Amino acid sequence: MKQLENCRIISQTQIEPGIFDLWLEAGAIADAAAAGQFVSVYTRDPSRLLPRPVSLAQIDRESGRIRLIYRVTGPDTGTEQLSKLHAGVPLRVLGPLGNGFPLQEVRNKKVLLFGGGIGIPPMLETARALAADHGTEVTAVLGYRTGSFLADEFREVCHVLISTEDGSVGTRGTVLDAVRSDGRQADAAFACGPRAMLRAVKEYCEAINMPCWISMEERMACGIGACLGCVCETKEVDGHSHVHNARICKDGPVFVSTEVVL
Amino acid sequence: MSNMSVTLAGVELKNPVVTASGTFGSGQEYGEFMDLNRLGGVVTKGVANVPWTGNPVPRVCETPSGMLNAIGLQNPGIDVFCERDIPFLRKYDTRIIVNVCGRSEQDYCEVVERLSDEPVDLLEINVSCPNVREGGIAFGQDPKALFRITQEIKKHAKQPVIMKLSPNVTDITEMARAAESAGADALSLINTLTGMKIDINRRTFALANRTGGLSGPAIRPVAVRMVYETVRAVSVPVIGMGGIMKAEDALEFIMAGATCVAVGTANFHDPNAAEKIVDGIGAFLESRNISDIRDIRGIVQE
Ligand SMILES: Cc1cc2nc3c(=O)[nH]c(=O)nc-3n(C[C@H](O)[C@H](O)[C@H](O)COP(=O)(O)OP(=O)(O)OC[C@H]3O[C@@H](n4cnc5c(N)ncnc54)[C@H](O)[C@@H]3O)c2cc1C
Ligand SMILES: Cc1cc2nc3c(=O)[nH]c(=O)nc-3n(C[C@H](O)[C@H](O)[C@H](O)COP(=O)(O)O)c2cc1C
Ligand code: FES
Repeated sequence: MKQLENCRIISQTQIEPGIFDLWLEAGAIADAAAAGQFVSVYTRDPSRLLPRPVSLAQIDRESGRIRLIYRVTGPDTGTEQLSKLHAGVPLRVLGPLGNGFPLQEVRNKKVLLFGGGIGIPPMLETARALAADHGTEVTAVLGYRTGSFLADEFREVCHVLISTEDGSVGTRGTVLDAVRSDGRQADAAFACGPRAMLRAVKEYCEAINMPCWISMEERMACGIGACLGCVCETKEVDGHSHVHNARICKDGPVFVSTEVVL
Repeated sequence: MSNMSVTLAGVELKNPVVTASGTFGSGQEYGEFMDLNRLGGVVTKGVANVPWTGNPVPRVCETPSGMLNAIGLQNPGIDVFCERDIPFLRKYDTRIIVNVCGRSEQDYCEVVERLSDEPVDLLEINVSCPNVREGGIAFGQDPKALFRITQEIKKHAKQPVIMKLSPNVTDITEMARAAESAGADALSLINTLTGMKIDINRRTFALANRTGGLSGPAIRPVAVRMVYETVRAVSVPVIGMGGIMKAEDALEFIMAGATCVAVGTANFHDPNAAEKIVDGIGAFLESRNISDIRDIRGIVQE
């Protein structure tokens, strides 16, 4: 069940310039959450009314904790305010939201997890959840501008391929360049990242008839499917909206790649 | 316990708190967070005669103490609404107020007629949406057009008709009088104020529609003033809304003369906001020994 939980900050550290790693005590959310879902975080500034959607980078059900990894988008933003908060501070968090990745669909198969930029964190929980199932062969394909944050944590649970735009780590180029140069074959793919990456992954998978699920982003208000603020275009008429639109926050954020128009 | 029930156009509501159209869907989603039975009524998202796709994204953005939206009245059409949303709301002990939108007089009348045999309590007619080109606000900014469409809708409507007024006018009382004289049973205000935000990094509009409707606490003083003026200009009851975040805000509208209040953008800030406002109004009345909410309605004079 999704709910509004008053969470306490357990720790917050900067893991890369401008990228923060936040652990929250969130027993009820952790209990209900699954890989690929997100939460909506309210800032502590009452003049910022809308919550910030952030993916679950890790879910620790046993200790009732969730981990969020987010980028500060600029000066005087809600995320900048969040980044200044210390352990012990309470935060209102709505979640878990959205559908998450269909882990059952790739059970005992070879699966590629594409993550680009700030779309990498949700792939960590996804990799961990899939790796717990020993029959599933997981390869994370991580795309960065530069550097390779979180890559070591991925290496603990799965095989890792890296691409960087500047060539500083792994293959120079995109996540698809990394896959092609490795020659790796797979049965299915999950992807989260910038729209251009999603479009390329979608085309790549569809060309070789590989099932692919992508996680989408859009500006949100309610985060729960009520306001119709966050829609994406769908190929068929959507069962809820009865037009060619689906709600990313409720019907997504994860969609079968062939269902959505990018 | 103080009396919280109010009568709006002949319909009794258990308390004066309803949801604002478009911020609450048809209640399904928020029903997971709160008990819908606690609300005086649910005002549904605007529904048209046929499905509408709405505007391109981005459709929403945050502004200081508010937000802009340009959803463009996406809706599944009246047939799906009657089959799915009305039966859902019927399970709850709360009034059903259906918000109606259209591109032409005929569109509105078709929906209103279709609803005449449905178990809904009140109709709210949105002639004030700033985000669709045709229809919508065209009817809401000209008193003659507003008079005509109100009169036409009244001919087809079986339930009492609430006309929802736009704040994007020079004189709200002129619009209120036009709607009343055409037979409106109640008025609701305010809809959103037209606004714009520019993303200086992308050098373009924050919303794909360029302009959007401003809502939230940023517009509350404008809304309170307009409700105050309207209540003094007409004798039909008024639903007040615009930036109500907590019970104290709702009480401002009631003291300005509103019979009911609607909670909109606040739902996005706290999915339990509407229920908390019901509780807060009750607590306020108790603590001040006010036995009936009607005793403070319009208490602020001159
Ligand atoms: C499903 C989903 C999952 C996400 N997961 C992550 C994640 O794990 N890590 C991460 O760093 N970011 C993630 N994002 C993006 C993140 O929501 C935005 O970067 C963040 O909301 C920006 O807020 P701000 O306070 O920095 O910006 P401000 O400029 O202060 O924000 C103003 C408003 O715009 C919204 N907004 C601004 N940029 C975006 C954006 N790119 N997407 C959606 N809303 C935006 C804010 O939520 C807020 O309502 C996710 C977005 C979605 C939709
Ligand atoms: C996302 C959103 C969608 C809306 N959709 C509608 C609508 O379909 N019909 C309508 O009459 N008003 C609509 N409104 C206007 C609200 O009902 C209300 O009049 C306005 O937002 C002011 O109240 P608030 O500040 O409490 O939100 C919408 C407002 C928002 C924020
Ligand atoms: S944010 Fe309201 S429907 Fe998705």
